[in-house]
Amino acid sequence: MLLREVEYAKPGSVAEAFELLASNDGARALAGGQTLINVMKARAASPDMLVDLNGLEELRGIELAGDGTLTIGAMTTYSELMSSAEAKARPILGEVCATIADVQVRNRGTIGGNLCSNDPTNHLPPLMVAVGARMTIAGAGGEREVPAEEFFLGVYLTAVGPGELLTRIAIPAGKKDGFAAVTLGAEGTCICNAAASVNGGVRVALGCVDAVPVLVTADGPEAVADAVRGANLMPPSDVHASSEYRIHLSEVLATRAAEEAAAR
Amino acid sequence: MDVTVTVNGTTYERDVEPRKLLIHLLRDDLDLTGSHIGCDTGNCGACSVILDGTLVKSCMLLAVQANGASIETVEGLSEGEELTALQQAFNEHHALQCGYCTPGMLMSATALLRENPSPSEDEIKKALQGNICRCTGYWNIFEAVKSVAK
Repeated sequence: MLLREVEYAKPGSVAEAFELLASNDGARALAGGQTLINVMKARAASPDMLVDLNGLEELRGIELAGDGTLTIGAMTTYSELMSSAEAKARPILGEVCATIADVQVRNRGTIGGNLCSNDPTNHLPPLMVAVGARMTIAGAGGEREVPAEEFFLGVYLTAVGPGELLTRIAIPAGKKDGFAAVTLGAEGTCICNAAASVNGGVRVALGCVDAVPVLVTADGPEAVADAVRGANLMPPSDVHASSEYRIHLSEVLATRAAEEAAAR
Repeated sequence: MDVTVTVNGTTYERDVEPRKLLIHLLRDDLDLTGSHIGCDTGNCGACSVILDGTLVKSCMLLAVQANGASIETVEGLSEGEELTALQQAFNEHHALQCGYCTPGMLMSATALLRENPSPSEDEIKKALQGNICRCTGYWNIFEAVKSVAK
């Protein structure tokens, strides 16, 4: 399909990307494009300018620090997260990325794009909340760090402001994580999902039930279903699941994810 | 914008609008109509090509993003009339009926076999997850790929 007319810019540095984004009202960052190009076909998004972040080495790469903290460049692809030796320090990352769409999408799609699009059915927003990731948002004025719980603000809306970019994601050390989802077909779009992390208590982040991931905490996996009930979820109904069914799925998936996390 | 791409070893230079998708550059500007447009929503995989060694769906990439890249399409697989072992296996195993998905299937399976010459059945299925076929039920496609796996 022919897209609406759009300007294209390929900045040579992150600083140049900030400049392009800040000085063009209708400019939008283009990451992997596996969502954005499609929503542009449907005219659900119609940016006047695309600022292509592909090729900016500053936004790529996975580093493992001595204390086990992983720092992941926002333009790192799902495939890179799956094959990276460093990323195996937090195995859930590669495992969840391996269930996103298909090979072709995983080869182009990026962690930063998944987080910044903040589609409520995306896999990575709840995962980042569960593992306690910290997001670095940068712009011409400098950078700031935002915890994952405060990063997601609404459907398709994050703490990344005009003229800013999510540049990297820091994930603390840990292995006791789990993820469970009911999807449209094997590894398709999530109807409901839950990410869990055990570190003393259990942190579970639920996806597809609200505009942003819903964080629930409990003392152990056996207490998770009650904690989900206590969250008084009011998920939307759609052709795939009623609101009541999504609440039921949330309890089941949160428990499964928590049990998987605790068993590691 | 001026775009230079090398497709199957031949270098092309074209002036394209930024909004043009890579699949349209290949089909409309370069007359390489082997890569197909099935769904145009990133689901079906009929437009799959190998871009700088990486399998991608060319309907989810702007042509200008491929500037400077080396692209492989289904036209580049055979040497003249000589089919690759994989193409021959598709023939022998009746791995196509209408053939619409075949260019994408061949590119995905080619990318798989380069990376992993001895894939298990599960690995073959996972590698072809992004390619939809409405005729074969997939079985003969898996059989064809399996037959050339080392």
